[in-house]
Amino acid sequence: MTDRIITYSEAIREAIGQAMEADPNVFMLGEDIGIYGGAFGVSGDLYHRFGADRIRDTPISELGIVGAAVGAALVGMKPIVEIQFSDFTAQAMDQIVNQAAKIHFMLGGELSVPMVLRAPIGSGTGAAAQHSQSLEAWFAHVPGLKVVMPATAQDAKGLLLAAIDDPNPVLVLEHKLLYKTSGPVTEAAVRTPIGKSHVARTGKDLVIVATGVMVSRSLEAAAALSEKGIEATVIDVRTLSPLDMEPIEEAVRATGRILLVQEAPKHVGFMAEVSARLAEGKSLYSLEAPIKRLCGMDIPIPYAPQLEKAVVPQIPNIIQAVEDLIREP
Amino acid sequence: MANTISPLFGHNGAPLSESADTARATLAGMLAVRQFEEAVDSLFARGLMHGTMHLSIGQEASAIGACAALEQTDFITSTHRGHGHCIGKGADLTRMMAELLAKQTGYCRGRGGSMHIADASTGNLGANGIVAGGIPIAAGAALAQKMKGTDRVVMCFFGDGATNEGAFHEAVNLAAIWDLPVIFVCENNKYGMSFSTEKSMKVEHIADRAAAYGIPGITVEGNDADAVYAACNDAVLRARAGHGPTLVENITYRWKGHSKSDKNLYRTKEEIEDWKHKDPIVKFENRVIELGVLTREECDAIAADIREKIRASISEATTAPDSDPAELLASVYRAIEGGN
Repeated sequence: MTDRIITYSEAIREAIGQAMEADPNVFMLGEDIGIYGGAFGVSGDLYHRFGADRIRDTPISELGIVGAAVGAALVGMKPIVEIQFSDFTAQAMDQIVNQAAKIHFMLGGELSVPMVLRAPIGSGTGAAAQHSQSLEAWFAHVPGLKVVMPATAQDAKGLLLAAIDDPNPVLVLEHKLLYKTSGPVTEAAVRTPIGKSHVARTGKDLVIVATGVMVSRSLEAAAALSEKGIEATVIDVRTLSPLDMEPIEEAVRATGRILLVQEAPKHVGFMAEVSARLAEGKSLYSLEAPIKRLCGMDIPIPYAPQLEKAVVPQIPNIIQAVEDLIREP
Repeated sequence: MANTISPLFGHNGAPLSESADTARATLAGMLAVRQFEEAVDSLFARGLMHGTMHLSIGQEASAIGACAALEQTDFITSTHRGHGHCIGKGADLTRMMAELLAKQTGYCRGRGGSMHIADASTGNLGANGIVAGGIPIAAGAALAQKMKGTDRVVMCFFGDGATNEGAFHEAVNLAAIWDLPVIFVCENNKYGMSFSTEKSMKVEHIADRAAAYGIPGITVEGNDADAVYAACNDAVLRARAGHGPTLVENITYRWKGHSKSDKNLYRTKEEIEDWKHKDPIVKFENRVIELGVLTREECDAIAADIREKIRASISEATTAPDSDPAELLASVYRAIEGGN
């Protein structure tokens, strides 16, 4: 099987199509995913390939949709829910947090919820505060959920296929700026393992840990820094829950400096957990400078393009943060 | 050995009080719920049971009459006040008691307690601590039946308070537009904790709300097991035939407080006494004796048999091992077959 250059959206669609061909219990439900093709065009032609029963358009009822997916999953189906914007998961929180996440544990282990919930996250589209959030830390904080954030087209496909296989509820948070980006993607239904951080670039001077769209920004920053003689390792966390710290700790031991980059607000964000785990572990003794976080500002995402860009890390901000970190202490 | 009552499955639609077998099963079911809950009330009062629980004493006809309309392979979703539904679907009384006594042999291995009993083997997809939380889940389980082409139905229990939740609206609408095989059974016991239905809704009957979804709604005398069965049986037949959901409203009353902290400040002693005179078990017993279907002695023998089952559930559960903290961390996620 060969790699082709396809978009992140196409990779997701290919994964869903392959999973549905392989297993009649896999189906998709969500708002405007049918003939419309999805708000971001992800489901595309799946409706024409698989029909209205399995590419199931729903009313605007996020709580009902997720609850229906939980119920269907309990009795042997493998639902893939699309929530149009991750912000709308707030409407469905009871079913995600109190039901899907708890059922396997709370009910004694006999039942489980093999559900996938896909949702677009992030800013950059001028959609303002209710359509641009990065809420991954909410879900990573709830035992019973798995949370993945694919940063490449290959992982958009591979992590989704792994999520569909998984007997637990998995949230797949897709950055909406990535949908139209392209990359090499294996044609076969290859899984990207859930629960493994990925070293995307190796360099001796420091490690940048990033999630979602910040992975490609960090890689671009690293390329620019390389021209200035600074070599960065870049780690794509990929799975926020359960979190794999091993490659991160190893990179800290090797480089002695670490920059944590996320789009979400800094306060009580995901990178606070990475930072705390480093501080609790032995790799702390390898640090030559304090742990540094570069995050979104602790404010809602604003509308105006110049404001929107200003509140989340951009490539020049990452370069600057690395240069500051290298100069320390 | 399983310690269960034997629910009626596949009954032909005739009134439950009409034949000795169905009368026996119905009375046994209602008495099992009553005596199970009286037993846990007493264990709690004596400090032998911890946590909290929500008793359905006074509502037994609703759970048992409704479940009598199901087949063994059908599903239910239940509520925080769910002991009756579990028993009605055939749950093991000893495993229920063990769960409430925080034992490893309980349905949830001590992790859920009274509010979270589920039993995959009897199609019980779980009681639920969130008001209306089970309603979308029931719709989803019914969607799965429709997609798989089975003839199984899902019976979804909830209280009057749940019908003021958004989840009710979203899920009943989904079930209606997709003609899902689900029966929405609202146990209207007049109070959402302390807030009465007179204050919480402007419509007279919860069943009136069915009109908003284009599905049938029926208000039933919920303390009459025959009436509950008849309405639910119609709704089950309709669902099984592919004609979609029905909203059945059982008017009933809980004698006990909402939970263990309730001081009954929001209702009068007279009101509670008045409803005790509408005891669903006494009503059913009187009817079957009057009809000559069972004798008083036969009814008493059924009660004695149930007392024995409840006693056995307590003694067996009490001696079971306590739930084990060592397994907790490994129990949050289902392991992936063959590893990941």
